[in-house]
Amino acid sequence: MKYFELAVGAILVYNFVLSRFLGICPFLGVSKKLSTALGMSGAVITVMTLASAITAVIYKYLLHIEIGGKVYNLQFLQVLLFILVIAALVQIIEISLQKLSPKLYQALGIYLPLITTNCAVLGAATINANSGRSVLDATLFGCFSGVGFALALVLFSSLRERLDLAAPPRAFAGTPIALITAGILAMAFIGFSGLC
Amino acid sequence: MLHLVLIAVITMGCLGLLLGLVIGFFAKLFKVESDSRVELVTELLPGANCGGCGKAGCADFAKSIVSGENAPGKCPVSSKEQITAIALALGIDAGEGFKKCAVVRCGGDKHQVARTVNYNGVLDCASASLVAGGPKGCRYGCVGMGSCAAVCPFGAIEIVNNLALVHAELCVGCGRCAAACPRGVIELVPVGSPVHVYCNSPEKGPEKRKNCKVPCLGCRKCEKTFPEKFKVEGFLARVRYDAGVLPTPEDIEVVKCPTGALLTAARHQEIETIDPEYSIK
Repeated sequence: MKYFELAVGAILVYNFVLSRFLGICPFLGVSKKLSTALGMSGAVITVMTLASAITAVIYKYLLHIEIGGKVYNLQFLQVLLFILVIAALVQIIEISLQKLSPKLYQALGIYLPLITTNCAVLGAATINANSGRSVLDATLFGCFSGVGFALALVLFSSLRERLDLAAPPRAFAGTPIALITAGILAMAFIGFSGLC
Repeated sequence: MLHLVLIAVITMGCLGLLLGLVIGFFAKLFKVESDSRVELVTELLPGANCGGCGKAGCADFAKSIVSGENAPGKCPVSSKEQITAIALALGIDAGEGFKKCAVVRCGGDKHQVARTVNYNGVLDCASASLVAGGPKGCRYGCVGMGSCAAVCPFGAIEIVNNLALVHAELCVGCGRCAAACPRGVIELVPVGSPVHVYCNSPEKGPEKRKNCKVPCLGCRKCEKTFPEKFKVEGFLARVRYDAGVLPTPEDIEVVKCPTGALLTAARHQEIETIDPEYSIK
């Protein structure tokens, strides 16, 4: 039940894009086509899950380091450390993927480096750190957040594919109408608030 | 305080070093041997990613050249010098590539062809064709909604007077427009062919006449005069592009096509662009 609540919370209620407004850059940048949106979603889910796991470990064991019986609080290094670790992690994933699964690498390849410094990934790590979740909970939260991001991205790209066929007033054609649509989509997600 | 700074510096330093080592280790462990020739050929290719060679893009084409599947000459965009450079770099045969150019075989612009349907739907030729056969009276000619212009990666197609017009100097002959056209109006012809038959309708002459002022009537005048350069199939004359001898502008003077469907490419362009109100009959 606890994990179900975690999932509903991360995917619907506190959706990263539509409710926390994190990761807006890829949300607008790679949502023109459903196929690219799916590639990006896969990459985000992978990286968010792994990054959440590793940053949770780092937060727990490195940021409150104990030397000679005295606990040093290194929390001021949090952002710096998280970015460094996430960047290295993405690099390692990319290198391994290229060798182990060239097909998957081709599908995700372009999007992987894009998320290195994505605020959604860093956001998931920071939210985990602030809420003091255990490593397992943090990993699950990262995975669910990635799924939430994927949901928003896939919904939005499907909408945009239809928008391409619609005929909005000339002043709204292209990105403006996409932004308005994103706003309406975010408002629709407010309907989930209060679920958990 | 000093302790804290020291610990912070040491932590970051150690972590950076550790991550660097791990990445280095992974890079060595999962090293992917890439063929340097593929990169070289990709660099020599134009990078237009048009798909005219039949591959997914220039990088994919480069791979197929190196593996020997394709000859460099298959690239429709590269000039002869560029293709020779690729062949020289790899020490292989350039292969024959014969340059093509798209031509829209229709003269039915808004002055020549009757408008029978007031179409208000999606700006797409295939969609327009499905609704009552498109906005124009002729069911075989150019729909004029610009589906071909939309897919052209080189911006070589312009819609003038509701008719697609290929600018030959920009066209590389990748064939995307021909694939996008729902009616098969666009044909790939050898570059520099000066004369085309601007009609695509196989219907009988009088039928075509009802809707269009410039159809090919199938009178066989061109075929009788130059049987080696033209052939008439049913009621539609075609230039024999593969016969070796292409018709010249002088031949048109001799033939005197009664409707003006047989035109030089230059004159066709002139009619559509320079003289938009021009009407043949």
